[in-house]
Amino acid sequence: MIDAKPTVSRRRVLAGAAVTVSATALPTRFAIAQAKPLKVGLMLPYSGTFAKLGENITFAVEQLVAEKGGKLGGRDVQFIKLDDESKPEKGPENAERLVKRDAVDVLIGTVHSGVQMGIHKVVRESGTLCIVPNAGAGAVTREQCAKNVFRTSFTNWQPAHGMGLALGKKGVKQAAWITWDYAAGTESGQGFKDGLEKHGGEVVKVLTLKFPETNFQPLLAHVSDLGVDAVGAFFAGGGAVQFVKEYKAAGIKVPLCGSGFLTEGVLGAQGDAAEGIETALHYGDGLDNPKNTAFRKAFFDKTQRDADVYAVQGYDAAQLLAIGLDAVKGNLEDEANLYKAMRSAKFDSPRGAVSLSPSQEVVHNIYLRRAEKGLNKIIGIAAENLADPGTGCKL
Amino acid sequence: MGSRSSRRIRFCDCRLSTDHCRSLMSSLFAQLLNGLQYGLLLFLISSGLTLVFGVLGIINLAHGSLFMIGAYTAFVVSTKMWGGSLWVALPVAVLGGLVLGAALERGLFRYFTKREHLDQVLLTFALILIFEEGRSILIGNDFHSVSVPARLDFSIPITRGFSYSAYRFAVIGICLVLAAALFLWIERTRTGAVIRAAAEKPEMVDILGLDARRIHMTVFAVGTALAMLAGALAAPLTSVYPNMGDGLLIISFVVVVIGGLGSVSGAFWAALLIGLIDTLGKAYGPAFQGSMLGNIASAFASMSIYALMVVVLLWRPTGLFGRPA
Repeated sequence: MIDAKPTVSRRRVLAGAAVTVSATALPTRFAIAQAKPLKVGLMLPYSGTFAKLGENITFAVEQLVAEKGGKLGGRDVQFIKLDDESKPEKGPENAERLVKRDAVDVLIGTVHSGVQMGIHKVVRESGTLCIVPNAGAGAVTREQCAKNVFRTSFTNWQPAHGMGLALGKKGVKQAAWITWDYAAGTESGQGFKDGLEKHGGEVVKVLTLKFPETNFQPLLAHVSDLGVDAVGAFFAGGGAVQFVKEYKAAGIKVPLCGSGFLTEGVLGAQGDAAEGIETALHYGDGLDNPKNTAFRKAFFDKTQRDADVYAVQGYDAAQLLAIGLDAVKGNLEDEANLYKAMRSAKFDSPRGAVSLSPSQEVVHNIYLRRAEKGLNKIIGIAAENLADPGTGCKL
Repeated sequence: MGSRSSRRIRFCDCRLSTDHCRSLMSSLFAQLLNGLQYGLLLFLISSGLTLVFGVLGIINLAHGSLFMIGAYTAFVVSTKMWGGSLWVALPVAVLGGLVLGAALERGLFRYFTKREHLDQVLLTFALILIFEEGRSILIGNDFHSVSVPARLDFSIPITRGFSYSAYRFAVIGICLVLAAALFLWIERTRTGAVIRAAAEKPEMVDILGLDARRIHMTVFAVGTALAMLAGALAAPLTSVYPNMGDGLLIISFVVVVIGGLGSVSGAFWAALLIGLIDTLGKAYGPAFQGSMLGNIASAFASMSIYALMVVVLLWRPTGLFGRPA
């Protein structure tokens, strides 16, 4: 007999450990399947230019979950936050991390349209439920629409379409459109054109510059020669501040109007130059409904910030999610009923009553607003219950 | 319909409509002013870049960040300090630039003049990251606008429907004065002669027994101050935002290459040329759009300055004003 030493190889220990782990993990997972918290991935910009938008969306989502007692569809909610930095090149990779590594049940995101296309590619493949709280890229609910993707914000087409309609109604026959030469600008321009043409007007000239350049002077020097009755524009953030100020300084007599983002969140920086500019958007100042009042108060109490359109969109993303989960009692496996409940949802948003279109895009009022003393005051409805055409979407 | 069709004519044909012709000419004048103003601002940035390269032999990628720092200085000073005026911000940017430039040269660049280009590139790239992160921590990532000084907050009508802001005229004036001063300094003073010597034949400095370190520090400080002043002047025109210097850095390199590495007067003429070509390309390029050939022409207009750079490099590899090696 060989006196064998009782040796334990490292490999065996590992193998044993693996067996033990899987043996204990498997039944446990099975046993608590329903009680497991719902993992909500928030893929939003928490740094960079859009950081404030990402924060406001997050606060509003948390606010709704808190209002529901911390549960959605009877399940506790666990948030997993990921800063997407508004970098399109990192979009697919970040979305993969949430979907594969963190195995989120729902992905809420994001702000930047380029990043959104990355998320969209990933969730279309994985089938993960995804709700878009801002990015307005048309493709998401048009030719690339998917049964697991919903949007509670807007398409780029919608606000500008409202503006085009309002102008056309006023009798404007010829208008020009100025924007950055990128997807959001082009899609907005299409909405503006479609709206104006409905009332017999036309866009006679489109002026563009590269995103995100702010050298507007070469374009502005043309405007007065065009002989148009109005100029529509899509710019956002710092570009919008600069454009509005330069338009005023250039002494152009043609009235300026635009998609609501032209004056959204930047009126303070634009100062007097923005006074009187009319824009169209699905939210604005002075919207008098109980839901809005309650929402704004709760948001301010929580964050010491005034709620903005981004907060509203985030809040509605969470509202829509709650409706879906309530309908299936937290069981995400029941896809058919989950999507059906969400698609047919009708609910009160702080922006007014909203529903969803067949392409799972939000249907809402587009308000006509006028910039007055630092507020985007609502002066009427530019388009009632406006749905995106959802061109090319088959669901 | 008559007025519509005359509006559609894109080129000046005075037999058809003198009105139309006049409006085209005056809008061309406005575009030339735009090009002049843009070009002069480019000169302020690229003159520092070209001097630093000529004398220290370092390609300073962080030059665009210095422009950004100047703009943020203008924002902070004009909104938060000393009664809040751009008039205070401009000298602060210049003085701050001199101090920052001297400190950077003394603390960092001095040890890199004899190193390889790769080391220098890594150093200046690291500086971009440090400056941008510092800006993010100190001031945040928001867009900010800087208001035009109250006394210049009016516009001067230059065509029937287009006015030019008085501040833009002031920027043109300030830039021209600075360009003249810089030219006199480089061409007519003793320090200037030493700098030219250092740029053209570095070994001359040693032979003549001059203090190369002091020359380096002076040049880097002046270059930094010019970039920061350009940023402060541009702040009310472009608004202030993260990474705002990046795009300008690339254009400034084009200016430096076309003008000739190390040549200040080269940078001046190249900056004006680029400013005009870029502005006119943007203003009239899109007018060609529509036909197949027009689209090509329009696309070409948007990259005209890079095409110009290629032509200059082929025709005169050392730049328009550079001396043959």
